Amino acid sequence: MAKLAGCIGTSHIPAIGGAIHKGLQQEPYWKPFFDGYLPVREWLGKVRPDVVVVFYNDHGLNFFLDKMPTFAVGAAAQYDNADEGWGIPTLPPFKGCVDLSWQIINTLVEQEFDVVTCQEMLVDHACTLPLKLLWPEGACPVTVVPVCINTVQFPLPKASRVYALGKAVGAAIAAWDSSKTVAVIGSGGLSHQLDGERAGHINKAFDLQFMDSLLTNPEWATQFSMHELVEKAGTQGVELLMWLAMRAALTTGEGAAVRKVHSNYHIPISNTATGLLALEKTD
Amino acid sequence: MKSAAKIPGTTPFDGEQAKIGYALNKMCFSFNSAENRSAFRADEEAYMRRYRLTAAQSAAIRSRNVLQLIAAGGNAYYLAKFAGIFGLDMQDIGAQQTGLSKEEFKARLLAAGK
Repeated sequence: MAKLAGCIGTSHIPAIGGAIHKGLQQEPYWKPFFDGYLPVREWLGKVRPDVVVVFYNDHGLNFFLDKMPTFAVGAAAQYDNADEGWGIPTLPPFKGCVDLSWQIINTLVEQEFDVVTCQEMLVDHACTLPLKLLWPEGACPVTVVPVCINTVQFPLPKASRVYALGKAVGAAIAAWDSSKTVAVIGSGGLSHQLDGERAGHINKAFDLQFMDSLLTNPEWATQFSMHELVEKAGTQGVELLMWLAMRAALTTGEGAAVRKVHSNYHIPISNTATGLLALEKTD
Repeated sequence: MKSAAKIPGTTPFDGEQAKIGYALNKMCFSFNSAENRSAFRADEEAYMRRYRLTAAQSAAIRSRNVLQLIAAGGNAYYLAKFAGIFGLDMQDIGAQQTGLSKEEFKARLLAAGK
């Protein structure tokens, strides 16, 4: 059976793509953000995942309001990045892992998550930047399975539902007949709000409590309604759903024990409180 | 959901917003393409007519006013593609919506980290 190594939650602000392109990683504004990834890369160098499942939210590259799935799973051999309209460089294509895609799709539908499946799927910065942050040099060494969760149009899926989805994805990975090592990425957040008179909203206390909960009490955030999550984390801070799905994926298998590899929290990058959390599955 | 107290300065992009904002968001979604961005710049009025924007949406586009664009059903993610045409970043947009200067808005973000 496949081995589930651990998970990485990370922010995905578009400006990161510009900073990487311009080589600004050691500039004072960016250094506290980028340096957070060094210990995580070191850990990834040891556990060497072959495949990553990426929970992310599309920002209007692949999906528009004409057809807006709540949950969509990629089933492509290759995922292309493309022009997102705001000037960040387009990255080369990423290789898919079709076998794991269908393992996840089959398991999810069996568990009554009636997902949209995509044999063609453009992936935006939310999927590509975490890969670039974790494997900055050369071609990306892992294949990917992108799982897109709607945060564009309300109603969004409830936190408890997203947690259950993540758990089912974890079960699919654990039951995958493969010798591969898999890691899970949650891409988004943490607190931020881009729109309205409340633009610039950041909630450090909530973010830190949320990050801590993923270590000690992963279901903690499922107590909140979407309205409460918007109020606490901001309209785009609800991207914390990706972290929740990611963490839930580690609660399956023999045991649910995790250890913290590394975490980082820095305010601000663009309008966002940025978070990074890597957990290793220890059972 | 409607019974919950409104969050000040926040308009969740729900079915109602999605319905009134469809034409505007569809136009902004088209700005993923460089060719479409050029076409918009070349003739904004013709481009807006092509997407059948409402009078309120057209006025909001002309004024580059983000709060008006949201009131007309605009969604933050698609509006960001419109803002990108003019090289505006998220601090420019945040400053405009909060009535602060860009420096004041950035100082507020920094203060949130203290």
